[in-house]
Amino acid sequence: MFKDIEHLVRLAAVMAIALIAFVTLRALVVPHSFGQYGHYRGDAIAEIAARPVAFAGHDTCEACHVDVVEQKKQGKHVVVPCEACHGAQARHADDPASVKPAKLDTVVVCARCHEANSAKPKGFPQVATADHSGGLACDTCHQPHRPKIQIAAETKPATEGKK
Amino acid sequence: MNITRRRLLILLPAAAVAWKYVQAGTPEAAPNYKMTEHWWSMLIDIPKCIGCGSCVRACAEENDVPEGYYRTWIERYHVDDWKIERPEVESPDGGKQGFPPNEIGGKNFFVPKLCNHCADSPCTQVCPVGATFVTPDGVVLVDKSYCLGCRYCVQACPYGCRFINPKTNTAEKCTLCYHRITKGLTTACCEVCPTGARQLADLKNPKDPIHEFLRTHTVQVLKPHMATGAKVFYNGMDGSVR
Repeated sequence: MFKDIEHLVRLAAVMAIALIAFVTLRALVVPHSFGQYGHYRGDAIAEIAARPVAFAGHDTCEACHVDVVEQKKQGKHVVVPCEACHGAQARHADDPASVKPAKLDTVVVCARCHEANSAKPKGFPQVATADHSGGLACDTCHQPHRPKIQIAAETKPATEGKK
Repeated sequence: MNITRRRLLILLPAAAVAWKYVQAGTPEAAPNYKMTEHWWSMLIDIPKCIGCGSCVRACAEENDVPEGYYRTWIERYHVDDWKIERPEVESPDGGKQGFPPNEIGGKNFFVPKLCNHCADSPCTQVCPVGATFVTPDGVVLVDKSYCLGCRYCVQACPYGCRFINPKTNTAEKCTLCYHRITKGLTTACCEVCPTGARQLADLKNPKDPIHEFLRTHTVQVLKPHMATGAKVFYNGMDGSVR
């Protein structure tokens, strides 16, 4: 019945070569980790996770700056993380001796949170800085880590307790 | 075992599949970090947000976000009593430098936004090359060495959380600071939030305070009708928020 099957053998050979070429090329081109977790390159996860951090985290800061932690505990700023005002400090944490954080300008930093705005929550302490201090630096009167002004007992105004 | 032709034909594909896994190995994202033990999400407490822009600045610094593009941003909503369907929303420079004072009536509030890290994310479904994906711990990431920059995902995201990085010409978005959370840190935006309006949450961790919070508060996600499985939960969200 199949006496002259040479043309079929030749076709089969061509297809076999094409199949082998496809499988080989695919193995070379597709990254090995593709499909490890899904339809994507599994190694990409580790590559993204390998990025260095810029913000050290307040736990790192508090390991050394114990005095500031104590100070903050006495006031409302206890909830404010260090790097909210001081900026990214991972480089300082890695090398505290040579990388020093910049001194902050309280006129700018305090106003970011405390400048009055009708969209801010009603209970949040807000001031119109122009009226409140007239451009004077906030740390002239307030200690930023413990912002409530401590007034000696004899000069304490009568309204102090009502706030 | 006697290997017949039939048995060989059955074994070959199985061996091919097995070999692929042998080659792939099992690299973990970070030592001591097991992806299968986490399912990341975020909680945003709108009544606590003061619109200071710390999160936007921190995100840009932590992730080298190009100027004029935002992986997270803050919107200021203004809703008049009779216009709840038509809120006025503004976000100057993504809220990076805070917001200018606006002493106007009606309801005013801030809404921080970021990638919702959807469990059924529309953006990953449209990627033609497998360059964006949901990790086993529930974070939507972009493999920038695989991304073609075709912008399908930018169009697919119903929350507008993606953009094309003008330097690399690849899609970019919030990674939920994957390089931080795998090291046991919180995200940069949550780290600097002065009022605790943003909190990273791990839904697979039974000790995470998120569970207590979700039980005791009325919490929503953005655009629930899109059925994206969004995992950024908003507390105290006004009905006008889009």
